[in-house]
Amino acid sequence: MTGPGFDPVIQGERIALVDLLDRVLADGVVIVGDVTLSIAEVDLVKVSLRALVTSVSALMDTMDDSQEYS
Amino acid sequence: MAAEGGLVWMYGVASGDLEVFADGVAGVGGPPPRTITAAGLTAIVGDVSNRDYGEAALRRHLEDLDWLARTARAHHAVLAAVAGRGPVVPMRLATLFASDAGVTGTLQERADDFRGALNLISARSEWGVKAYAIKPADPAHAAEEPGRPVAGRESPAAGPGAAYLQRRRAQLTAAKDARSEALASARTVHAELGRFAVSSRVYPPQAPDLAGQPTPMVLNAAYLVADERASQFAAAMADLTARHRFVQLTLTGPWPAYSFVGDGPGPR
Repeated sequence: MTGPGFDPVIQGERIALVDLLDRVLADGVVIVGDVTLSIAEVDLVKVSLRALVTSVSALMDTMDDSQEYS
Repeated sequence: MAAEGGLVWMYGVASGDLEVFADGVAGVGGPPPRTITAAGLTAIVGDVSNRDYGEAALRRHLEDLDWLARTARAHHAVLAAVAGRGPVVPMRLATLFASDAGVTGTLQERADDFRGALNLISARSEWGVKAYAIKPADPAHAAEEPGRPVAGRESPAAGPGAAYLQRRRAQLTAAKDARSEALASARTVHAELGRFAVSSRVYPPQAPDLAGQPTPMVLNAAYLVADERASQFAAAMADLTARHRFVQLTLTGPWPAYSFVGDGPGPR
């Protein structure tokens, strides 16, 4: 069976990196490989990735403040 | 076989009867993907060097956004190519094994999980939908709203200071209204799209500077939609776009089913 229009490199326009990272870092089946510990267990990486790309759940609250009191 | 001192990068798992072939797709680190079959399942893997992908190297590389971007795109390109032929369960980025034996063992140990996941995503695709609040201060949108206090319509007796405060208050009210309208729209959009989906998942909103949009994101969701309903889903998106003017909607996909195979918090 064939999926609906997957393109190996480009889907319509170039995929936004943040959308991709939301998926490939936060999701997918997490398997602890037998060499490298799962990325999620590497605190250094986890923290820095969060700063770089993961979404900010407190964003809406921050936005509320900045819009009402700025 | 993995080269001496090399590691095996696992992209994903497909059913053993799927003819997996990611033609012309360069894998992570360059080598084209290959397959390892066990327990009626096929793992799509690639060979990478310990020097560049061992734990110490990964820690270092993952701090480098260019490396991360390149690697994530290469990982995705292989999965997207395979997903074009049939269901594939994506692995999280940087799922690594010391040897093919580790991959084989994992396929055998977790065969039921993989089959369950493949069953869930078979003939279904993931679609991403994001909603951005329309910039509240935009007069083009504020003006459309009947009954809204009009900025600048101060009472005659008021001095310049009071007039300013009144305008400012009206602006803030407008901003607040637009924001609650956008959030309400986001909830409606999510509920309506959910009717076409087998499962859905809400991600936290992306920060505006990362999302590349000046206005705040109010919805960042993924929907697992049966391929036969994909056109209905797209039509619903178009309809919602027309009806909800306080949000701007974007659709991405089809994605390999990244958001619906995890065993963490899971679909919600």
